[in-house]
Amino acid sequence: MATKGASVGVLALQGDVVEHLSAMRESGVDALPIKTVEDLGRVDGLVIPGGESTTVMKLLDRFQLAEPIAQRVREGMPLWGTCMGMIVIARDVTGTQQPTLDLMDISVRRNAFGRQNESAEVPLAIPALGDKPFPGVFIRAPWVERAGRAVETLGERDGHAVMVRQENVLATSFHPELTGDRRVHEYFICMVHDALVGKRRKIA
Amino acid sequence: MAETGTITVKRGLAQMLKGGVIMDVVTPEHAVIAQEAGAVAVMALERIPADIRAAGGVARMSNLELVRSIMDAVTIPVMAKCRIGHFAEAQVLQELGVDFIDESEVLTPADEQHHVDKSRFTTPFVCGARDLGEALRRIAEGAAMIRSKGEAGSGNIVEAVRHMRAITESIKELSAGGDVAAHALKLRAPLELVKEVAKNGKLPVVLFCAGGVSTPADASLMMQLGAEGIFVGSGIFKSNNPRAFAKAIVDATTHFNDPKIVVEASLSLGKDSRAMEGLDLRKIPESEMLAARGN
Repeated sequence: MATKGASVGVLALQGDVVEHLSAMRESGVDALPIKTVEDLGRVDGLVIPGGESTTVMKLLDRFQLAEPIAQRVREGMPLWGTCMGMIVIARDVTGTQQPTLDLMDISVRRNAFGRQNESAEVPLAIPALGDKPFPGVFIRAPWVERAGRAVETLGERDGHAVMVRQENVLATSFHPELTGDRRVHEYFICMVHDALVGKRRKIA
Repeated sequence: MAETGTITVKRGLAQMLKGGVIMDVVTPEHAVIAQEAGAVAVMALERIPADIRAAGGVARMSNLELVRSIMDAVTIPVMAKCRIGHFAEAQVLQELGVDFIDESEVLTPADEQHHVDKSRFTTPFVCGARDLGEALRRIAEGAAMIRSKGEAGSGNIVEAVRHMRAITESIKELSAGGDVAAHALKLRAPLELVKEVAKNGKLPVVLFCAGGVSTPADASLMMQLGAEGIFVGSGIFKSNNPRAFAKAIVDATTHFNDPKIVVEASLSLGKDSRAMEGLDLRKIPESEMLAARGN
């Protein structure tokens, strides 16, 4: 699975950064924590991990990372958000004025499955990852309330989209980094690899 | 098919809080200030530790109406404290739906022999510890997160530093090798857990700092000493400018290893800002030290 030369960043303002970094390294790519614009310049793809979305939106703004990330993604850099990351990536958050990066045409509902006592492990059928169910770990998780036409639903829980993709942007309500199953990380690494190949082709 | 209350989802919520600041609040208005400043969670309390310390008497679980009004006021997770060993208070907090329960030495202990059997709960627990043995005993009982005890409400970081160093240095010693069973005996902790720590070189749950953080530099210090996040109790709402202190401590926690940003965070407080008054712990009688509660 190793993609030579590709390196993936994990936004390291707050949240379960280390878990994503080790999952990426296990899957055969270089992985770097991203705290500044300079860090961002060194990676070919970015993960926004689990954490608190209100906190991280404020920090993205305070430390002037929101616009540089949005620009890289518009230029084609693959981006994957898990849980909090899905909220940060979304167009808007249902029922609130919470600001977001608006990088995917989805509306998300926060804590959609309930508070912590409703956090749960649920096996998910995700055809893009093969026949074996994926161990979904949902923690105060959001779901996709509305998805635009360009958005492809890759996985659902109880009829709600929980894994979605729009071109170079991927989002999951659940936390693959808290499991030993690396299939979503490998799926994202493929996106990063494809984007690199496409970019090289364009230059050639 | 959905399985709730598993070790993965309980420890997982603590993992989502890493790199963040959890703030003590006593009103919904405080909770909103904390959320606006960038707190990752709030601890809903009737009185902050400095006031509990000053008032004396028996400190119990907070008024439930107050806890509920704080849960309604913010979107970030809400924690609440129960007394050590008071499993009925814990049951009530779980039923109310708080996101995390702190079995806390800041309240007056209810049981001098037993802590709550936390593995029986769906709601995750955080517990204080002064050393690795205490941390592992709490984890064995089902704690999903550990914090240093420090000395709550003191405005003095010395105890938190002592506890954090004790924990991290014991972990280093363990992972350097040697007789694990002898270590387990010395730590008074289950062998399986001691083996796990020796192998991984870290606790199986998230480790935060608590007890005495009052300034941005305090937060940076504790993160550099190995804390994965910060609890601030009295340090924010006992300062003369809670909004500014809350934001500055968040910034310094995020960029704890970048002194330039810690400088900016400290300067943002302005020249008239004053951190909370601190206590010289050498002048406090042993019987009034909160950290000695529970073992």
